[in-house]
Formats: sequence, structure tokens, C-alpha cells
Amino acid sequence: MDLSYGPEYDEYRQQVRTFLKEHGRDAPRGGTITSAPVKEWQSLLIEHGYAARTIPKEYGGYGGEPDLLKGRIIGEEFARAQIPSGLGGQGISMLVPTLLELGTEEQKRKFIPPTLSGEMVWCQGYSEPNAGSDLASLRTSAVLDGDEWVINGSKIWTSTAHLADWIFCLVRTEPDAPKHHGISFLLFRMDSPGIEIQPLVDMTLAPNFNEVFFTDVRVPHHQIVGKRGEGWQIANAVLGHERDSLGDPNATLARLERLIQLMKIETVDGQRAIDNPTFRDRLMRVQARVMSLRFNDLRVLSSRLNQTDDRLARMISKLQGTELRHELEGLAIDVMGEYGLMYGGSEFLRDGGSWQQQYMYFLGLIIGGGTSQIQKNIISERGLGMPREPRVEKAEAN
Amino acid sequence: MEFGLSELQLSLQDSVSKFIEEKCPLDKVREFAGDPESDSADLWSGLAELGVAGLIVPEVHGGIGLGLLDAVAISECLGYGVAPVPFLATGVLAPYALLNAGTESQQTEILGSIASGETTIGAAISELTGSRGDAGVRCETDRLTGKAMFVTDPDADRFLIADDSRRLYIVDANSDGLTRKDMPQVDRTRRLIALELDQVKADLLPGSENAEVVQGLVDAGRVVLAADTLGASQSMLDQAVAYAMQREQFDRVIASFQAVKHMCAEMAAEIEPARSLLWYAGYALDAVPDEAHLTACHAKAHLSEVGTFVARTSTVVHGGMGFTDLLGLHYWFKRIGFNRQFLGGPERVREEAAAAQNLTAA
Repeated sequence: MDLSYGPEYDEYRQQVRTFLKEHGRDAPRGGTITSAPVKEWQSLLIEHGYAARTIPKEYGGYGGEPDLLKGRIIGEEFARAQIPSGLGGQGISMLVPTLLELGTEEQKRKFIPPTLSGEMVWCQGYSEPNAGSDLASLRTSAVLDGDEWVINGSKIWTSTAHLADWIFCLVRTEPDAPKHHGISFLLFRMDSPGIEIQPLVDMTLAPNFNEVFFTDVRVPHHQIVGKRGEGWQIANAVLGHERDSLGDPNATLARLERLIQLMKIETVDGQRAIDNPTFRDRLMRVQARVMSLRFNDLRVLSSRLNQTDDRLARMISKLQGTELRHELEGLAIDVMGEYGLMYGGSEFLRDGGSWQQQYMYFLGLIIGGGTSQIQKNIISERGLGMPREPRVEKAEAN
Repeated sequence: MEFGLSELQLSLQDSVSKFIEEKCPLDKVREFAGDPESDSADLWSGLAELGVAGLIVPEVHGGIGLGLLDAVAISECLGYGVAPVPFLATGVLAPYALLNAGTESQQTEILGSIASGETTIGAAISELTGSRGDAGVRCETDRLTGKAMFVTDPDADRFLIADDSRRLYIVDANSDGLTRKDMPQVDRTRRLIALELDQVKADLLPGSENAEVVQGLVDAGRVVLAADTLGASQSMLDQAVAYAMQREQFDRVIASFQAVKHMCAEMAAEIEPARSLLWYAGYALDAVPDEAHLTACHAKAHLSEVGTFVARTSTVVHGGMGFTDLLGLHYWFKRIGFNRQFLGGPERVREEAAAAQNLTAA
């Protein structure tokens, strides 16, 4: 056990702190992902290597060597200073790594620099109304007509569709091939004729998502990543990264600390919640789980650094991280009792109503990004070596 | 940066696991459990040769001078094999108490024979984490009088005893005025007695006047018990998966039913983060004094909850067979049950965790 990062990294941490001290006040507060201050901040971060750190200079990145610890230090220090880090979003977190690995030189030059700078905003077109957990059964079709793909179908859970300039989209191009080999990975503009966007209001009553409908959308044939029929494999190359980021234990720790503060203030009949032994016991149970996942996160980092195989520790993180966060937010609501019901414009909101909002939102994350039940399939099959359920053919109608 | 067990710790685990697999099969556990006259002296002397008895005893006293994270690693292996050996008291609690509270001459007198496996020491410290009924030991001059309950290792050569001022003593098992009363209990891989003391000559460990030292002893014991639970839980998961892979119903191995797979996945999903917590708790005892007490409380309470869940779930995966004595799965179930209550059950330990953060009412 050696939890020090070493002197080289202590020095790097100091550099990050100095930067944050000097420039922290210039950081944008609020603002949409397309606002000018957000883009300026992003450009400053890239220049100093605190965003797009490992992306080559010729594609608009900083051009640093891959270094897990430096990446982690940046995350820790920005979070500690409560200063917004670089732009996220599915374009940067999912499409850019995909293009770097599998895109053509022309695609890299055309798409990566404006994506990193925030000029080009993306949305992800994967899930469909009838292709959720079984994503590979997606039906949105693309048929080659001359030198253009003609796309018909629909996508759902498309979070930034209304802001996006472009979409990276999984479509079925080989209807006769087995389902995992008939999908292609296309890129196209969101202002193409034939695209209709409808906001999808979720249980938090915020329009966090959209549905997107395609009617004879025409896309130049070269806007494909990889070869025809390889889309499933291409998408899977980066899906794992998305899962790792859901239910981040460091964010959960920050919420736990907030919850402890809440429990010291909130009273019923004059008794503080923290002085109620049942609530206190529930808090301690949650704290032990938060600690467990934080140490598990360090263990996963360590196994990646030292290239040891610790797959079970990694496989459980989405399942446990999202379930725990939902439980923690729910405890806060119980602590508040009737106040925990306040929502919308109520004058009795605590912490801006974030407890109710997050409680519901994390139920969404238990389902999204691979449901808890799909995670359990993965853990049992790939982690414990148990067999898949046998296939059952649909009964013939008689 | 390395979060995990070192090569040395892994190789220690490897040699202990092989020893247990070979010398402590289920038949050996059954023999110990079924016959109060049987003992596990052969196992303990074999483990002593591997360095387990003197694990945390310094080299000058004939041990190998390792720390509590190493003890965690070993305890996990012993729990995995439900080994009926006196590691908790003789391997950890007694040497910890002697090292941190004993005089040089007390250390010289006893630590060497602990490391060699010649001496075993039972632990009579249960009252430190809650006294039941009329239990409690008073000290008058150098004599102890009263009753200690839930004392480990009835056949021990000496006992480590806590009095009601939370001071620690070493008492010779053959002392006049010392009476043992059996306390038959559900986990037959361990034996418990009550000790009745009437003016028993006792050797004070003077460093135990410092309350922090005694708290450190309890913390160490709790983390090592939690590690035993981790090992036992891992074994119960492994046994459940192996059983499900060969048991057929409805013309399929039951491991192919999602209901069964999900139970196994849930066990793994509880065990892995708990393992990470436990490693950190062991490391904190050695290297992060500010966090040691809190993480020890959480490790003890959380592993107890995880263990209870796994014990139940694994038994259910085994179906009717899990309920039988034939299969012997219940030894693990009961071992986990013992580890949960001994030195403080989860509710009480969580209350200590809250107190450690000043979260309890003033």
C-alpha cells in the first residue's frame, strides 16, 4: 500500500493550484456550453494542459503524454477549488476518443479541433424506443442511394439534441447481417432536412432529454467512421468509459458532506436530525458505503496504473455508485420529512431543491448507461464466469 | 501509487491458503467443531512455522515484524477456510497489547514464545465493548476479581484480561482462583468460555493506562475480525458459483438462470468495495493514526452487514443443500455471525463511528 503519488506529481499538483489561484476568478459561472466565456475558459485550459491534455496538438489538444495520475490530480484540484473544469459532453468524452482511434486523418482534422474548442456541439444517437438494454437490435436504417445515405427512424434519450450541431449515430446498414454486424457509425449535421427534435420531459420535470425523428435524411456516404457493419464494435470501444463516470464516488462524498450539514440544521419538534439515533445510524451506514466506493475507486486507479487485472472492482462501480447515490439523496428527503416534498418554486426548498431533483435523476442513472440488471448480467457472466441465459425464440402465432 | 496488497502480502496469503487447503479440509473443521476434546495445536504450530503466529511480533523477539495490514491479509485466508486457530487473540490482540502497553521485560518474556507457537493467549476483553449482566473485573493491588465473558481460546496458556477501568493484564491460565465456564455457541470453529476470577494474581501492562492504546487494541481486533468475514464471504460466493455451475434443474445448470446469476452478482458487488474499505482500514491502523479508529469502526460494521447478506444469499443459492449439515456451508454462515457480534455489533460500532466525528448529541 503506497498512497503517495510521488514528488513529481506533488510538484504538478502545486502547478495546478497556482494556475487555479491566478485564473480561478476568470472561470465562467453558469452559462450554456455554447457561451463565449465558456469557450474562452476552455481555450485557456487547453493551452495549459488542463483540458484535452493527451490529444495531439495538430488536432487542437495540448499534446501531453497519457498520464492517469495527472488527469486525476486535475480533477481533484478543480473539484477542491469548486472551479469548473474543461468542457465535457458526449462529443468530447465519447466521439473524440473514437475518432482518434478509428477515424480517418481527414475526419480527425475536420471534427476534433472544433469539438475540443466548443465550436462544434454533438449529440449521441444510440438508444431507440425499441432498442434499450438490447441496443444492438436498433432499427433506424440507412440505405445507400447514389453517394448518399438515406436515414429513417428515431432515437431517444438524446440529451443535447436541441443544442447540437452534429450527431454521431448508430444506424442499420446491413439488414441481412447478424444484428451485431449490421450497424454502421455515421456522423451528420443536426440541421439536415428531415430531422425533427421533440423534448422529452423526465420525472424531474426538466427537459433533460429529447426524441429525434429522421425522415429521409440524406448524408454524404463518406461521413462514416470505420467500415460498414462495424458500428457496434466502434461504439463499444468507448461505451465502457461512459459507465465509469456514472456515480463518481468523489461527487457522492461531496453530497454526503452536504447531507451531514443538513442533518445538523434540520429539526422536527426541535430535535436535530443528527440527534435522532435512527437517522444517525442510516447516515453511518451510507458513510461506510461511500468510503468503500472511494477506496474501491483508488484501487481501480491503482490497477490501471500498475496494469494488474482487477476487473471485478471496476465492474461493480456503475451499479454500486448509482444505487448508493440514489439511497443517499433519499435519506436526505427522509431527514427533511414534509419539507423533503417541496419542489419547483417552493419557498421551503433546502439546497435549492437539489435533494429531490438528484433523488429522481439518479433513479434515471440506475436505468441509463446499462441498467442495474444489465450490470448484474455483466458481473455474473464476465466477472464470475456464469453462462448466459439460453435464447428463447418468439412463439409463432397460430 | 499502489492501492492494494504488496507482492509480499500476496505471497504470504498464497502460502497460508495452501497450508489451510491441505491441512484444514472440512473434515478437520468438523472434527474440531464436533469434539470438545479435540484441538488444533497441529494447525497452529504449522502456521507458526509459516510466520503467522509471530506475524506482528518484531524480529528481535523472533517474529517477522509485519503490520496490521499483513494481519488483515492473513485473517482473510483463515476466514476463507473457517480455520479453527487462535489467530485473533494469540496472533494479533496479545502481541498488539504487549507491544503497545507492555514493559520490555514483559515483551521479552512472552513475545518469543508467541512467535514460536509454543504459547497461546486467550482474550478476555469483551467487556471493553460492552458488559453483560454481572460481568466485570476489578483490580485490587495486583489481584483480579470478578467475571469476564465471551473469552476466547479456553485451552490458552495465558489470558489477556481487561478490567473495568479498561486496563490490561496478563494472567497465567494455571493461576489459583481462576475458574472456566463453558459458553457453548453457534460458531463451533471458535470456543468461548466465561472466566471467573477470585483474587487472581495478574501482571498489569502499564501502557494500558493510556486509553488510546486500549482503543487501538479494540480497533485492531475489529479490523481483523472484519477480514475474517471478508474471507468467509468470498468463500461462500465461490461455493455458490461452483454449486450453481453443476446443479441442474429444468434441464439447465441453475447458474444460467438470471435469478441465480443476479444473486451471485449482488454478492460480488457487495464484497469488492468492502475489500477496498478493509484494506484501507488495515493500512490506516499501521500508517494513518488520525483515520484509524473511524475506518476500523466502519470496516467492522460494514463487513458485518456484507457478510450477513452473503451468508444468507449463498445459502439460498445452494437451495435445500445449503440448509444441511452434509454440505457444511453453515460453518461459514456461523463464522460470519460470530464475527458480527464479537467486539461489538454493527449498530453499536456505528454509534462509535458517529461519536468519533462528533455527530452524537453533546
